[in-house]
Amino acid sequence: MSGGGSTSPGAGTHEAPRSASAALRDLQRILPPGSLLTEPIDLIPYSFDGTAALQSRPLAVVLAESTGDVASVIRWARENATPVSTRGSGTGLAGGSVPSAGGLVLCLSRLNRILEVDRPNLCLLAEAGVTTQQIAQTAEAAGLFYPPDPGSMKISTIGGNVANNSGGLRGLKYGVTRDYVMGLEVVLPDGDTVWLGSKCVKDVAGLSLKDLFIGSEGILGVITKVLLKLVPRPASKGSVLATFGSLAEAAEAVSRIIARPVIPCTLEFLDKVTIRAVEDYARVGLPLDAEAVLFMESDGHPAQVREECESMKSIALECRATGVREAHSPAEALDLATARRTAFSALARIRPTTILEDVTVPRDRLAALVTRISAIAAAHNVLVGIFGHFGDGNVHPTFLTDERDAAEMERVHRAIEETIRATLDLGGTITGEHGVGLAKKSFLPMQLGASEMRLLASVKSALDPAGLLNPGKILDLP
Amino acid sequence: MDYSILQQCMHCGMCLPTCPTYDHTKLERNSPRGRIALMRAVADGAFEMNYAFAGEMSFCLGCLACETACPAGVRYADLFESARADIEQAGLLAQPERTFWRWITLRTLFTHPRLLRWTGLGLRWWQQSGLQDLFRSAGLVRFLPATLRDLEPLAPEVRTAFSDALIPPVLPPQNAPQRFRVALLTGCMQDLILSEVNRDTAGVLAENGCEVVTPALQPCCGSIHAHNGEPALAMQQARRLIDLFDPAGFDAIISNAGGCGSHLKKFSHLLADDPRYAERARAWDSKVKDIHEWLVEIDFRKPTAAGTPTPCRATYHDSCHLCHGQKITSQPRTILRAIPGLELVELPEANWCCGSAGVYNITQPEMASRLKDRKCAHIEQTNCDLVATANPGCHLQLEAGLDSPQSPFVIHPVSLLAAAYRNENP
Ligand SMILES: Cc1cc2nc3c(=O)[nH]c(=O)nc-3n(C[C@H](O)[C@H](O)[C@H](O)COP(=O)(O)OP(=O)(O)OC[C@H]3O[C@@H](n4cnc5c(N)ncnc54)[C@H](O)[C@@H]3O)c2cc1C
Ligand code: SF4
Ligand code: SF4
Repeated sequence: MSGGGSTSPGAGTHEAPRSASAALRDLQRILPPGSLLTEPIDLIPYSFDGTAALQSRPLAVVLAESTGDVASVIRWARENATPVSTRGSGTGLAGGSVPSAGGLVLCLSRLNRILEVDRPNLCLLAEAGVTTQQIAQTAEAAGLFYPPDPGSMKISTIGGNVANNSGGLRGLKYGVTRDYVMGLEVVLPDGDTVWLGSKCVKDVAGLSLKDLFIGSEGILGVITKVLLKLVPRPASKGSVLATFGSLAEAAEAVSRIIARPVIPCTLEFLDKVTIRAVEDYARVGLPLDAEAVLFMESDGHPAQVREECESMKSIALECRATGVREAHSPAEALDLATARRTAFSALARIRPTTILEDVTVPRDRLAALVTRISAIAAAHNVLVGIFGHFGDGNVHPTFLTDERDAAEMERVHRAIEETIRATLDLGGTITGEHGVGLAKKSFLPMQLGASEMRLLASVKSALDPAGLLNPGKILDLP
Repeated sequence: MDYSILQQCMHCGMCLPTCPTYDHTKLERNSPRGRIALMRAVADGAFEMNYAFAGEMSFCLGCLACETACPAGVRYADLFESARADIEQAGLLAQPERTFWRWITLRTLFTHPRLLRWTGLGLRWWQQSGLQDLFRSAGLVRFLPATLRDLEPLAPEVRTAFSDALIPPVLPPQNAPQRFRVALLTGCMQDLILSEVNRDTAGVLAENGCEVVTPALQPCCGSIHAHNGEPALAMQQARRLIDLFDPAGFDAIISNAGGCGSHLKKFSHLLADDPRYAERARAWDSKVKDIHEWLVEIDFRKPTAAGTPTPCRATYHDSCHLCHGQKITSQPRTILRAIPGLELVELPEANWCCGSAGVYNITQPEMASRLKDRKCAHIEQTNCDLVATANPGCHLQLEAGLDSPQSPFVIHPVSLLAAAYRNENP
């Protein structure tokens, strides 16, 4: 294809040092044609992910087409002491796939085949570059259900989901990616390929090593295949939209719903700033005058769904909801959920730079957290949009700013730091689902403490003593 | 390039799965996010435009699926047009043959409507005289350059009558009292090769109480110039059109071609810095309506007769610049559903580009034909009798791909409505 492949050295090409270019020629020889990219025009688009203001141009990009390609790249990287950052679709929000200095990007977007749907054993085997959406659709076509549905599911890869242990809108009832991983194929930093886990529902042979790689953010190994658990499709679903006059009241409603206990499948929250941005894009009829809305879904047996929707509505009203309505049709419910998924990107309509945090607290602390965040933003005179998976206690305060305004950025950074401290005070975590990567690395010791940091470092060193895989992410080795 | 639009892209990747070129190669540079990153690198001085960059912008279909998908509201069309203009300005793609063809088409044919019609006449004579068949059977096609040879069978059949022979300059309302006065834009391609669509549009408008004003000779709207890096010519064409149709004199200015309409609605942006035209251009934008949009807005009369032999199964292909450029998706379907005896079957991937994309067939034949095949396979699978679409480029592309005798035939939704009205009083 002409536009896709045509290259000519343009201005901006750096002469790589002789040894590096000789090494790249070796790499070229062991890979299928067309899978190694070295021209600036090809590299620039791989120098960032979904995170604001983080950028670094890779030495080269490899588009692996098989586990064999991945293993070849890792062995080559070892011989040439070149760092490797694995990338799925680059939607990560912690800078996890932004290349390490002088390193390769190993992109798995072409490693995208569904290998098996095992109907009798309710599981599915896929290569790591398959998108979450394709997994969900394949499960659906087999009459089954794959619940984790991150906002980015249209394009995020299953490998990226596993590497970040991503959550989604249904985490409250169905859990996160980890709860669906039965097995993984992983290429280790020494170039060896291992299979971890099995199709057995119970399996305690050895340590649960697959779990070590779930949420490992590309620092321990490259995930090449994923075996996923599927569940039966829920028979019915109900959706409720409740409107509130304050953030704290909405948060209080969530805490009371959980304490009742009702465990609906979705309890999503949007504040006024976010409501307006989302409505501006999606036009699904969100109430523009509300301070906050809760989008709640229950699924399962029709009678149970009815009952849960009724309790959610009455609790919302107890917490002074200014309006509650049920979606009239499945299509309307789907539109609302789809609109909610666009929240983060839609906020980018407001200011040029969107910096999103991922703080999470025990659910009875939600009201306290959102009240603190609003106060912090006001004190530093910065604009924040707040939304999140409230049912999981997971809040995404999104600071809306302009990276070219140094003074404002300074205020934003102070507000972020205070938000993190407030979260830790409330017994929370600095990241519920996006991972640490580069963006939250400096806050990690504050949460984990010295002993856990040491344990973390020793696990990393044991698996990757040469520090080849995604160096500088999560932690810096001494 | 407008830096604030570049900055608005926050790299979320939500547009990637809707981009046909990314879908095919899975390369980030072939995606909207990648292309925007390259444009931003150019604006930041981190990368200098080169031949490969020009190639990348020509590989982009300009289908604008990414604009529909983008929650952040990035106006990709603006970025894409200015990138192409910068490339032309820098002469990155200049070679004598290409410059000659651009001169013939963009500077000469598509700025001189009379010349364009004469060319059409020449082409019509060529097709009718039997010379075309002789040329083909004698194998003379071999002497054409490769791209022209591949395109020769695609050369559209020129209609025996152009719009001016089919539509009077002023058509009064038919069978209805006058409610509106509208102008009808006949387009270039539509006029030469699908002039009956213009006739049907005028007829349908008249049936709905519109007095239809259709000057015999109309300047090209300039979309072909804007998309191909010639903003100055695009502005010139816009001024000519505004001069010809004073927006104050009409309730609506009607376009029936998705590609033209999407451009026609942006004259205020194009002429923003022209003190003599800026205000009229704003008035113009507010008057331009796609025919389907207008018919639904004025609550068109539902026909009582069928437009085709019944029962008839029909499907609908969304032209990119109608659905992504103008966000018009429900109105054409509403019109089709209103026709008695016609069952509308939803087309899988209805809003995925068919590969026609202006001159894309010529500049990127391989990708264009891949997209054509993908589209036509979906159409064939619906087992429909016909496929409706509302853009001449798409129309020709589908006709080229649906070439077996059993294939559905291609038609403009308005032609079906016109036929239904005609059948009411046989
Ligand atoms: C609009 C938007 C909405 C989002 N919504 C959610 C949400 O609701 N919930 C949520 O949890 N996240 C969300 N995210 C964050 C992000 O989409 C997820 O983290 C996702 O799982 C990343 O997938 P990816 O394929 O893009 O991975 P990338 O961004 O390419 O990589 C992410 C990390 O995983 C590593 N990695 C990727 N693939 C592999 C592999 N095969 N083997 C080893 N390591 C690998 C990378 O090195 C990097 O550290 C959202 C992001 C956006 C832009
Ligand atoms: S969806 Fe919009 S903001 Fe996101 S990457 Fe695409 S163009 Fe940029
Ligand atoms: S205009 Fe079409 S081809 Fe070009 S980047 Fe957007 S979606 Fe892709």
